[in-house]
Amino acid sequence: MKIIVLIYLAVIISLSFLLFQDPELDASIQRGNEIYADFCVTCHMGKGEGVPYTFPPLAKSDYLMNNREASIKGIKYGRQGELTVNGIVYNNTMDKLGLDDEEIADVMNYILNSWGNSSDQMVTLEEVEAITE
Amino acid sequence: MKKSIVYLYLFVVTLTFSCAQGPENEVNTPENIPFTAELLIDGLQIPWGMAFLPDGSMLVTEKSGELIHFKNGEKMMISNVPSIYARGQGGLLDVVLHPNYSDNGWIYFSYASEEGEEKGGHTAITRARLKDNSLQDIEVLYKGTPNTTKGQHFGSRIVFDNEGYLYFSIGERGARDINPQDLTRDGGKIYRLFDDGRIPEDNPFVSTEGAKTAIYSYGHRNPQGLTKHPETGRIWNHEHGPKGGDEINIVEKGANYGWPLITYGINYSGTPITDKTEMEGMKQPIHYWVPSIAPSGMAFVTSDKYKGWKGNLLVGSLVFQYLERLTLEGSQVTNREKLMGDLGRVRNVRQGPDGLIYVAIEGKGIYKLVPKE
Repeated sequence: MKIIVLIYLAVIISLSFLLFQDPELDASIQRGNEIYADFCVTCHMGKGEGVPYTFPPLAKSDYLMNNREASIKGIKYGRQGELTVNGIVYNNTMDKLGLDDEEIADVMNYILNSWGNSSDQMVTLEEVEAITE
Repeated sequence: MKKSIVYLYLFVVTLTFSCAQGPENEVNTPENIPFTAELLIDGLQIPWGMAFLPDGSMLVTEKSGELIHFKNGEKMMISNVPSIYARGQGGLLDVVLHPNYSDNGWIYFSYASEEGEEKGGHTAITRARLKDNSLQDIEVLYKGTPNTTKGQHFGSRIVFDNEGYLYFSIGERGARDINPQDLTRDGGKIYRLFDDGRIPEDNPFVSTEGAKTAIYSYGHRNPQGLTKHPETGRIWNHEHGPKGGDEINIVEKGANYGWPLITYGINYSGTPITDKTEMEGMKQPIHYWVPSIAPSGMAFVTSDKYKGWKGNLLVGSLVFQYLERLTLEGSQVTNREKLMGDLGRVRNVRQGPDGLIYVAIEGKGIYKLVPKE
């Protein structure tokens, strides 16, 4: 009986995390969705799947999920050269996009929480501002 | 759920129609390549435009806003370049010389500009002269309005026709349902001006109330290729479709090319934009690509330097990273060939005054295609 109660509570708690996410994060993800559709989708594609060997995926990307700071830096200042994502080596150029720091935080929150990705720590404006070239 | 079934159905139908173009839509990889690609200018990021000066030197635009003069094997930065709105696809774009450059010295540029009151930017066309490695006599000939912070679809290529008219393209600036079909708004258009920016009195919409009178054709999405056919003298363009549906069109006065009411493409998410690929009063492309190659740069081969290439059309592919050679019979594409694979995103292609082909590749630089003996 005790176990059932514990399982019940665990389910309720995890559901509440799913259903009642931080509204601030939700709003940021929403704005990030628009930024993504404007600046990123042509290369990284509609479901974040990218183009194998040409444009790295964002969906379930080990690089993105494990290199938060470098990912922000890439969006903020552009990046060039080799990059290994999910075992595939990419060698391409991502142009500096001209986004402001708030937009970068929003699009990071979107890609960190879409297509099966999830991150419990929200990217904030201050975090983006702190990253320098 | 029901909706998704409908979407799936439309997707399949669209795909079936898209593939109905037939076997000419396959790209072939040749066994014998008639050139060696020699890296002429290295260390470039996004070399968007290039022009050949009479003294054998070259001008190259970097999208980031730098204008490079490449002379005697060295890169020199040109100063006094107009202020660039570097956001998304916007930046310093094309560079083209006046057909009588030797006499008048005019150089034409397209770029994303913040000029104007609203926040954001839009495509501008400017001419200037080069003196002592600096741009002088700068005249803005056209500036799209209103500015927007959208990062998409600035176009923009420039070309002159045989009569000396100046044509340029502006993409629909990320407002597909607002701009391309509205003649009173900039974006999603190909424009025609006199070389000094005046609007020709026989432009198609000069007497249309409220219309932007520089417009020559409309219903375009994002044309990043514009060139003159060497025999007919007509202007050809290509443009990025959404997911699928990149097109080659012959630009006709006053014509509507249909975006977004007709297209061979779909949304990036996979949902349809429209179920129509043709409509009365709208032009059909002479060729379309499914899947999208993301075309940028466009040049006809007019020299005899490469065996069997004369009259062919060369187009850069950004997404598949190769140079495409299209064989034509009249305006019919009869063969597609993949060249220079896997070097990087091919941003531009031009034939130089020496009859050789020059190819701009992102992250690399400018390649010269040296014919094999």
